[in-house]
Amino acid sequence: MTIFRRSEFIIAAILVVAMIFIGLINPAFWSMDNMFGLLRSNVIIGIMALGVLVVMISGGIDVSFTAFAVAAMYLTVKGMLYFGYEGVLVPFIAATLIGLVLGAFNAFFIHTFRMIPLIVTLGTGSVVRGLLLGLVGTSIINIDKMPPQLINFAKVNLVNATSATGTNYGLTAMILIYLGLALVTHLFLRYTMIGRSIFAYGGAPEAAKRVGFDTRKTLLFVYCFAGALAGFAGLLQGSMIWQANPRDFAGFELDVIAAVVLGGASIFGGRGSVAGTLLGVFMLVMVKNSLIIMKVDTTWQRVVVGLIIVGATALTAWRDRKKLV
Amino acid sequence: MSNSSIAKRILGQDRNILQLIAITVLVFALMSWLNPDKFLRYYNFESITYIMPELGILAIAMMIAMLTGGIDLSVVGIANLAGILAGVFFHSVIVGTDQSTGMILLYTGIGILMALGIGLLAGLLNGFLVSKLRITPILATLGTGQIFTGLAVVLTGGPAITGFPDGWNFIGNGKIFGLATPFVLFVIVAGAVAVLLTRTTFGVNLMLIGTNPRAAIFAGLRKDRMVLYSYMLTGVLAAIAGIILSGRTNAAKSDYGASYLLQAVLIAVLGGTNPAGGKGRVLGVSIALIALMLLSSGFQILRFSNHLIDFIWGGFLLIVIALNAFRNTDR
Repeated sequence: MTIFRRSEFIIAAILVVAMIFIGLINPAFWSMDNMFGLLRSNVIIGIMALGVLVVMISGGIDVSFTAFAVAAMYLTVKGMLYFGYEGVLVPFIAATLIGLVLGAFNAFFIHTFRMIPLIVTLGTGSVVRGLLLGLVGTSIINIDKMPPQLINFAKVNLVNATSATGTNYGLTAMILIYLGLALVTHLFLRYTMIGRSIFAYGGAPEAAKRVGFDTRKTLLFVYCFAGALAGFAGLLQGSMIWQANPRDFAGFELDVIAAVVLGGASIFGGRGSVAGTLLGVFMLVMVKNSLIIMKVDTTWQRVVVGLIIVGATALTAWRDRKKLV
Repeated sequence: MSNSSIAKRILGQDRNILQLIAITVLVFALMSWLNPDKFLRYYNFESITYIMPELGILAIAMMIAMLTGGIDLSVVGIANLAGILAGVFFHSVIVGTDQSTGMILLYTGIGILMALGIGLLAGLLNGFLVSKLRITPILATLGTGQIFTGLAVVLTGGPAITGFPDGWNFIGNGKIFGLATPFVLFVIVAGAVAVLLTRTTFGVNLMLIGTNPRAAIFAGLRKDRMVLYSYMLTGVLAAIAGIILSGRTNAAKSDYGASYLLQAVLIAVLGGTNPAGGKGRVLGVSIALIALMLLSSGFQILRFSNHLIDFIWGGFLLIVIALNAFRNTDR
């Protein structure tokens, strides 16, 4: 347990140092405006990261969830427009269910055919994206068509303020949804049988099976959970940016995986925590957003994300090195 | 030696190759039946021999990474970076210098060396991360793929680099003895890799490491070094694919060939490569490549959108996974 505490402590320490460093280069980093913006940028990537965290604890990896998110978002918004539906709750439930069902396909293929999760999810992601763009449509649903109740829902702020230049800004209430989901994830990972079975499966699948865990149920839960969170996050993203773009989230899975790895989860499974993931997400978002503040050319963004992934994985590999010998 | 034993030697013991040939014939027949007048044209097959090699070489590169139980998700990034580096080099030297044939050949040669060199370096980095720092191949190459693509964006600033010299174009669009140059290159590369994997210590070592890493170490194999070499080979192959790609399109861009990653994995797996390591043959990958090129060319003639073709590729991957699983449970 102390090791767990320690790796999160290290991440938090690095985060604080990085924040002080960025703040020194450009004090505008510490402005309320920028901080609220940063927290807002955490929401979508963070919700998806919770799903990927659970997948990685189980020893798998998922690169299809962004395709599920887009499918859930686009299909739900299309459905709302078609039926002229004016609520918020039902669409979000629908989007979550779409993600959940698609996630079940991942679990089915991974468990039934004993195939490496990366290859299965590459396939399912490509299938879902291809079907969505090829059959449903490629046109963006813009703000003029976008259901207003979705936009209004995502506009809710916890705090409102006016900056010195007279522009309004606020802290989005969506952050509460994100933190709530994080708390739920933390609680079930820690205190429920299914949560413990995920750790057990990730640590040693065969052992988990012999102890008596129903590993099929575990895998099904893991990939459905990741899919459901992605579906929910997809529709939330559409609401927050006021448009439903069927090509959204391309390449976004790398950012999410990077954030989870940065948060100390091990791809070998059996390790990882919600607190670490929250920190990892915040760190990744902060570094990406702050490149502009630090006057680094935006073309360097991908290089920086790549370096972060390599650096963070090198650190976790070094931490886990004794287990591998 | 009788005919059947020769056939057995070429095909090997695994039934996989036979199954692949059957799939290829099936796809060929289906496509000929669906577009009788357009599919069976010489022009169609000729254009396949131009498009196929870059993807085929990437698939072989992917197979080599999979032999040790790894994977290389950075191959497309390496390919683009190699093409772009050469393009940047051509832009910096060719403008304002004399354009005699000798000089162009020299520059093309230097460009090829630079592209192959960056491929080797990129592979070295991947191999170092995987074998020395012991980062999981998925994450290591996911990260380096971002770095390579990112460097490509930094070098170009975003838009495509165009205007490669004639020698470079010849690699992608020329003909040798009436055959497409890329195709000739593919045959040479595939042959060389096949010999390397089956007839050299290096190849046998890779198979052994992939089959049982622990046993390989106890048997005294230098696992780390072999894995390092295999990623370097993967990097160089990816760079060759990048040279062909930029030569064929006469341009290089940081986001070219994004869908090639999935396709390379698919072809490698379909070709009988075991992603868990230890099994993979160039012949199988080559036949799988032909089957899938025929499939996608046929659907393109049928005017399927590219998105639907992506869907078909993905669906094919899942079906192949299911088929392989059923075949393995039979035994």
